[in-house]
Amino acid sequence: MYAQLVETGAKRLKTKEEMSPEEREFQEKVDAETKIEAKNWMPEGYRKTLIRQISQHAHSEVVGMLPEGNWVTRAPTLKRKLQLMAKIQDEAGHGLYLYSAMETLGADRDEEIEKLHQGKAKYSSIFNYPTLNWADMGAVGWLVDGAAIVNQVVLQRTSYGPYSRAMIRICKEESFHQRQGYQILLDMMREGTEEQKAMVQDAINRLWWPALMMFGPHDDESPNSQQSMAWKIKRKSNDELRQMFIDQTVPQLEFLGCTAPDPDLKWNEETGHYDFGEINWQEFYDVLKGNGPCNRERITTRKKAIDEGAWVREAAVAYAEKQKQRSQAA
Amino acid sequence: MTQAEALKEYLLRLADSDMILGQRLSELCGKAPALEEELALMNVALDLIGQARNWYEYAAELIDDGRDADKLAFRRDAHDFRNLLLTEQPNEDYAVTMGRQFFFDAWHYFTLKSLTGSSDERIASIAAKAVKEATYHLRRSSEWVKRLGDGTEESHRRMQDAVDILWRFTGELITPDDTDRVMAEAGIGPNPDQLAEDWRGMVNEVLTQATLTPGAEDAWMYMGGKHGEHTEHLGFILAEMQFLQRAYPDATTW
Repeated sequence: MYAQLVETGAKRLKTKEEMSPEEREFQEKVDAETKIEAKNWMPEGYRKTLIRQISQHAHSEVVGMLPEGNWVTRAPTLKRKLQLMAKIQDEAGHGLYLYSAMETLGADRDEEIEKLHQGKAKYSSIFNYPTLNWADMGAVGWLVDGAAIVNQVVLQRTSYGPYSRAMIRICKEESFHQRQGYQILLDMMREGTEEQKAMVQDAINRLWWPALMMFGPHDDESPNSQQSMAWKIKRKSNDELRQMFIDQTVPQLEFLGCTAPDPDLKWNEETGHYDFGEINWQEFYDVLKGNGPCNRERITTRKKAIDEGAWVREAAVAYAEKQKQRSQAA
Repeated sequence: MTQAEALKEYLLRLADSDMILGQRLSELCGKAPALEEELALMNVALDLIGQARNWYEYAAELIDDGRDADKLAFRRDAHDFRNLLLTEQPNEDYAVTMGRQFFFDAWHYFTLKSLTGSSDERIASIAAKAVKEATYHLRRSSEWVKRLGDGTEESHRRMQDAVDILWRFTGELITPDDTDRVMAEAGIGPNPDQLAEDWRGMVNEVLTQATLTPGAEDAWMYMGGKHGEHTEHLGFILAEMQFLQRAYPDATTW
């Protein structure tokens, strides 16, 4: 997942009567659950919204490598190191795959990345939190990938064909990451020392709320959701998804023998769901605006990698050009 | 030196070189010059650390003092590490990263290729899988050396600098010592002369295509990694890599 507050450009939904014939035909296709493909006509707002959402998703995969990269050199065993490296490699692959899906809409990868580096494009707020102990590698897999999956499982049915297919593939890998993350925590809680158990609880305490924020603002604070839902880019509302996540995660939390940093979290017999406390929305919007603990570091690192790699990419282009000329001359 | 002693020593060299180079590559996570390179670097690092695990496991069985592969990787100090000095050199710019990789891969590929015919069956079987990975590694790093060497003026200058900086660490790859000789005589390890010839041939060919000048054959060479005398870098690599195992020595599971 990893898309929050995606701008649609629409203040309100158009009625069928207000739509042009093309728009109407498009909406009817969407309503009939026919996938929209790259070559099909689509409203400009739909195209732009998708580019924003998919690029945000791709950026999140790439920026999301950094909090894990923070521990990959310190992973405690060969097995955990190999697992973490494989996970990071998958994420780079997801990034590539998503950028390709985005390019089917006529967007340019380099331009979108440039927007990220200029602070004009978003990525998931979760990656602006630091990873402070080894258990964070478990908690990120379990909670962050877990939250992503809740959203992405639904996005497998999203109306745009290339995005939907990307989601199907990505979901398989993310589920694997989530189980692996949970296992890290479970092993430490079952067989670890007191210090290791404390690490696990500390990681959960820090990442719990930021994971819930991944689903975005409340539905009534989410002005773009309605249009995204009508276009079936989004399939469930932020609050619905967040509740699904909580309901599936709390039993796992209890099984670990850990607690959530939320005194209001409790099972509600009547609704059949868990009740939970209010998210600190001030923090959410602060982080989104760039004022999270690691916003600056994350973007600086990414920008530096691409800027300092410019001569490498230029050399590759120059070499390919020379090779082409040589083969033509031969 | 008995053959049994030499074998343990030799396995640790293979394991430690893979481990330390894999560690260096994983430092680049999120810092590669392109997303495709993130994927490729992590892929190579994964292969190397996977191979290290296989060598450590075999070494642990032979050493047979209760230490497992993780203990060998995460609980030994620098003087017990047997990796090539080349592998512990810092990433610097991408020319150094790729130059280091190419010099290593050329050695690694010919070593593993020879080890597939080792008289030690366990070694032969580990090498059979590893050589496939090393073949890809060598192809990739050769391509990068050529691209950078024969790319732009700037990339050429950087790549030549990288060759010059790294050259003094290459002697260790192809200069045999007692362990190497005992292994070769037992039919376990590669013939040192053949290995040196193959390595030089590959390096000269690729550097020539890359419009780069190799270092002198009689250049002074910095050696010692195979005996546990390292550059100052290794201590810091281990401080980071072994942090959790050292900080929480009582933890038995992770």
